[in-house]
Amino acid sequence: MTPAMIEKLRELLPQVTGYIYPNEIEVHWGLLIVVYPYITGIVAGAFILASLVKVFNVKEVQPLYRLALLTALAFLLVAPLSLVSHLGHPFRAYEIFLTPQTSSAMAMFGFVYAWYLMVVLLVEIWFDYRKDMIVWSQQETGLMRHIHRVLSLFSKDVSEEALRFDNKALKVITIVGIPSAFLLHGYVGFIFGSIKANPWWSSVLMPIVFLFSAIVSGIALVILLYMVIYPMMGGKIDMKCVDKGMSFLFYAVIVDFSLEFVDFIHRIYQSEEEIKILGELVMNKIFFSLVIVQVLMGMLFPLAILSAIKIFRQFRESEELRKLLYFVSLILIQGGIFATRWNVVIGGQMFSKSFRGLTTYKMEFGGIEGLLYGLGLLALPLVILAILLKILPAWKEFAQAPRGTEA
Amino acid sequence: MDRRSFLRKLLSSLALSGGVLGGFLRILPARALETAEPAKTLWGFGVSVDKCIGCARCVVACKTENSVPKEPFFYRTWVERYMIPKTGEAEVTNIHTGLAPDAEVPSKPIFRSFFVPKLCNQCAHPPCVQVCPVGATFSTDDGVVLVNDKTCIGCRYCIQACPYGARYLHPETHTADKCTFCYHRLNRDLLPACVEVCPTQARVIGDMNSAASPMTRFKRMNKIFVLKPNLNTEPKVLYANIDGEVR
Repeated sequence: MTPAMIEKLRELLPQVTGYIYPNEIEVHWGLLIVVYPYITGIVAGAFILASLVKVFNVKEVQPLYRLALLTALAFLLVAPLSLVSHLGHPFRAYEIFLTPQTSSAMAMFGFVYAWYLMVVLLVEIWFDYRKDMIVWSQQETGLMRHIHRVLSLFSKDVSEEALRFDNKALKVITIVGIPSAFLLHGYVGFIFGSIKANPWWSSVLMPIVFLFSAIVSGIALVILLYMVIYPMMGGKIDMKCVDKGMSFLFYAVIVDFSLEFVDFIHRIYQSEEEIKILGELVMNKIFFSLVIVQVLMGMLFPLAILSAIKIFRQFRESEELRKLLYFVSLILIQGGIFATRWNVVIGGQMFSKSFRGLTTYKMEFGGIEGLLYGLGLLALPLVILAILLKILPAWKEFAQAPRGTEA
Repeated sequence: MDRRSFLRKLLSSLALSGGVLGGFLRILPARALETAEPAKTLWGFGVSVDKCIGCARCVVACKTENSVPKEPFFYRTWVERYMIPKTGEAEVTNIHTGLAPDAEVPSKPIFRSFFVPKLCNQCAHPPCVQVCPVGATFSTDDGVVLVNDKTCIGCRYCIQACPYGARYLHPETHTADKCTFCYHRLNRDLLPACVEVCPTQARVIGDMNSAASPMTRFKRMNKIFVLKPNLNTEPKVLYANIDGEVR
C-alpha cells in the first residue's frame, strides 16, 4: 500500500502551484466524503418532501409520500458506509459511540444518525405501514406473509381506534421529524462550517446552504424516482402530483441559489486575506465543477426551464413535453447538487492554508477511495430501495394485486 | 456460626475493606501531590528566525527520532525559505533533505531572504483537540498536544482543523501524527531532537512558568509573534523577529 501511495503523491508534486505546506499535498477527504453529504442531503430532503403531505397537508404529492420515506431510509442506511470506509481504522469506528468527545461535531454524528434512524424514520414508516402489513399478511402465503408479520411486530389490531392512534402518531413523528431532518443535514454543514482554519468552509451560512441544497436534491430525486419507477410498474404518472412537486422544487432551488449567491457576494465584498487564493481556486481548479456544472447547469438552466413552464401556456398544455423537460431538469439538478458537494469538500482542500498555493486531487479508479467504489455507494441505496419497494409497496394500487403464490 | 463460616466471613470482609482502603490510598497521595506541587510546568518553544541558517538538520533529526517517513510529504517539522523580491510576491519553498529536488534560486533579484522553521504550535486552544471525535488527540497538563495512536480512528478531521498544516496521516499506522515537542525526551530531561541538533540555537524550549528557563529568557529578550493570531488558537510556539509575510 505504502509504496503505491508514495508514488501517487510523487506524481502530484509537479501539479502543485505556488507554496503549500509540505503535509498538504495529500487531499485527505476524497470522493467518499463527497458522497457522504450528498447521500445525507437526499435523506433530509426526501423526508421534508414526505412531511409536506403529513404536516402541511399538500394532498397533491400524496403519491410521493411513501416513496419519499423509503428513499430516505435506503439512503440513510448507506450514509455511514462511506464514512466508515474512509477511516484509517474502520474497525475502531465504534469508538465514536463508546468514547465520544462532546466538543466534536463529528462525534455527534452517531447520535444524530441513531436518533434520526430509530426515532424518526423507522417509527414513521412502521406506523404508516402497520395496517397494510397486517392486511397483507392475512392475504399472503409463504415467505412474504412471515416477513410482513415480523415487520408489523406481530400486531393485529386494525380497529378504528388503533388506526386513529396510528394517524396521530404519524403526525407527531413528522413534526418531530422536520427539525430532526434539519438537524441531520444542518449538522453535516456544521462539520465543515465550523472549521475556522479553512476559509472556504468556515461560514455560518454553511449549515443553511447545506440544508437547502439537501431539500433540493431530496425532492428532485424522489420525483425522478417516481417518474421512472411508477410507469415501470404499469402506472400512469399523476401529473398534478409531479407539477406540485416541481413547484416546490422550483422555490427550493431559488432559495438555495440566493443563499449561495449571498455567500459569494459577502466573500468578495469582505475580501479578506484569503480572497486571492480562493479566486485562483475557483478560476483554475474548480471552474468547471463550480461555474459550469453547479451554477449554470445545476441551477440557472433548470430554473430557466421551470420558469418557462410556469410562464408559457404551450408547456402547460402538453404533458409529454412537460414530462421531458421535468426529467431533464431533475437530472441536471442532481448533477448540480453532487457538484456542490464536490466543490465544498474537494475545493476546500485544494488550496494551502498558507494561502500561497494550490494542490490537486487525482481520483483513483479502483480501490476504496476510487471511482468504482464511489459509484457503488451511490447505486447501493437504489438496490436497497428496490428491495424495500418489494416488501413495502409504496402504492396501494399495485399492492392490492393478488400475490399469494409468490415466494 | 461454625468456625468455617466465621473464617470465611472474616476473610471476605477483610478483603472488602482492604479494597476500599486501597482505593482511598490510591487517591490520597495523588491529591496530596497535586496540592504540594509548586507551579506546574508549561512547555513553550521559541524560534529565532534570524538565527536559522536553513540547514534542515532539525528536519532530519526529527524524522530519525520520531520515525517520521522519509518521503517529502510527511513532516513533524520543516523549514520554509522566504525570498522577497524587490517587487512582487514573496517566493516560498521548503528546504528539502535530499529526497526531493531543492528549489532553484530564482533569477530575479532577491531583496532579502530568511528561513522559518515550522512545527506544531501546541496551541492553548487547539482546534485539533476540539474536533477529534474520540478524544484520541488531547492536551497534557504541561501544555503539549498529543495523539494516542491506539484510539485514533484515522478520520483526519484534526488534519483539516489544524490551521498550520502541522498534521499528517502516518502511512504505516494510519493514524494522525504530528510534533510532540519530543515529549518522550522531555520527560527524561532531554531536549527535543530538533533543539538538540540546531547548530545556531535558533530553537529553544523551556518551562514558561519557570522564573529561569530558556523560554523565559527568550520571551524577555525578543519581540514575540505567534502564527495566525486572529484564529485565537494561542500557540505556545513563539517566533522572534518574524516577517509579516509568514503565514
